[in-house]
Amino acid sequence: MNSGGDVPAVVVDGVGMVFNEGTGGEVAALDGIDLTIRAGEFVTLIGPSGCGKSTLLRLIGDLLTPTAGGVSVFGKSAHESRTGQDYGMVFQHAGLFDWRKVKANIELPLELRDWSKTDRAARSAEMLDLVKLDEFGEHYPRQLSGGMQQRVSIARALSFEPRLLLMDEPFGALDEMTREHMQGELLRIWGETGTTVVFVTHSISEAAFLSNRVIVLSPRPGRVHSIIDVDLGERTPDTREDPDFFAAATTIREALRSVGGAE
Amino acid sequence: MIPARTATAAKVIRTVVTTALAILVIVVLWEGYKWTGQQTGGNWPGTGIELPVSTDDVIMPHASDIAAELVSDIRDGRSTLPLSVYLLKKAWFTLQEAAIGFFLGSAIGIGLAVLMLRWRVAERGLLPWINVSQTVPLIALAPIIVTWGRNQGLPDIVSISLISTYLTFFPVAVSALRGLQSPDSAHVELMRSYAAPWRTTLFKLRLPAARPYLFPAFKIAATLSVVGAIVGEISIGTKTGLGRAILEFALRYAVWPERLYASVIGAAVLGLFVFGMISLAERMVLRRTDEVVA
Repeated sequence: MNSGGDVPAVVVDGVGMVFNEGTGGEVAALDGIDLTIRAGEFVTLIGPSGCGKSTLLRLIGDLLTPTAGGVSVFGKSAHESRTGQDYGMVFQHAGLFDWRKVKANIELPLELRDWSKTDRAARSAEMLDLVKLDEFGEHYPRQLSGGMQQRVSIARALSFEPRLLLMDEPFGALDEMTREHMQGELLRIWGETGTTVVFVTHSISEAAFLSNRVIVLSPRPGRVHSIIDVDLGERTPDTREDPDFFAAATTIREALRSVGGAE
Repeated sequence: MIPARTATAAKVIRTVVTTALAILVIVVLWEGYKWTGQQTGGNWPGTGIELPVSTDDVIMPHASDIAAELVSDIRDGRSTLPLSVYLLKKAWFTLQEAAIGFFLGSAIGIGLAVLMLRWRVAERGLLPWINVSQTVPLIALAPIIVTWGRNQGLPDIVSISLISTYLTFFPVAVSALRGLQSPDSAHVELMRSYAAPWRTTLFKLRLPAARPYLFPAFKIAATLSVVGAIVGEISIGTKTGLGRAILEFALRYAVWPERLYASVIGAAVLGLFVFGMISLAERMVLRRTDEVVA
């Protein structure tokens, strides 16, 4: 660890998760997960379907409670961290509220924190600028493309400047071109905000392109199979054609193969 | 926004034209059937088989006679006035009862839905009773409500509104529950990630999401509220209201059928009016979000 005495963003300590515990239909989703994510890091969770990567993300966000072990976020319990609204969340489907204009969608978390109207308006304008949708504040979500909606969703998650961003396959529903564009945008935003990102994906190239570290999970029950460091320096569109990028993707692919999850 | 206004105007014209055409078609069918029956002596043309509905002037008065009846005078207390105006006056009274029934019923319906949403136990406990409630015949229930109301010293309009409420709360409760449960898990998880309390989730997420489910229910409830008010008036024996008029004209149907038909038209118009009001409200509330393409 190079960040010395800094409080880690996320510490997952011996976490296990069993669904339907104590009934006939018990499902062990995760077992003995230990993981430390440093502040400012971009970490990807990857693994075959059923490896519990989304479950792990939800445990970090305290949307689920682990049946064993504990999770802490910036030194606080996951629960305190959720009630303190320390993290923003982005889902696979943008999950915008149809009846709210784009601006009002971005302002939703601020509204819940009792921000004043002027403060909210100022922040949503900033956020629209950040995700390059300045002209679309007065539109309704349905008037935007899938990629634009997902950018609004990212703006909403970042509007209250959380130190941690949890993303559950946010680009999974987008076409390849939009997806690559959004990955570039996300890295730019990450660079500008310095937020810690935990990103769930099942795309090898996405994991290689985005992350500092890739956590490969093995399935049933989910365990940490390996942790792969990715050091590609600053990402540009050319990075996708860089031999180092292919090398990283190959390492991830081989790890996935050995857990039985490569396509 | 000239194109939008032109579009609205075109829409209004289209509605007026289709309505007029629909009325015309009904009149032509009515008179055509009646004419056929009178030509054949009440049989299907070319056969000896009787028509299902007799075509004489008591069962099927001429459409023109019904229309004429609407403008002919009727005594109302000490004054005389055209039947259509008379019916409008009665309908105004009925509308008030129906409106109270509608709003009270909708509020109760939404309240029950929220209760059922909050506590699964309430859903399991309440839903069967809400369903059973609608199998109790209104005719049986009305005198109970009336007698109770009179014992409490309440005016009859309250009892009639309550009967109307009894019909309206049901569709609203059922649809509101579905609507409140309609947000998908990502929306609910999002609110959870904000640590939003249950009430905030209700007002910011669930209730707005329920609106598309609520309006169809409101339309059914509005029409039912008129039915409830009319049935309430008839079973209570009030001195005024559309139900009273229908009852009076029904008693004299054998000698004056045009009047009953005219009052039925009055009830239908009232039903259409409340339906239209809800549609208008729906348009105003939901239109904004339905616009597509930037």
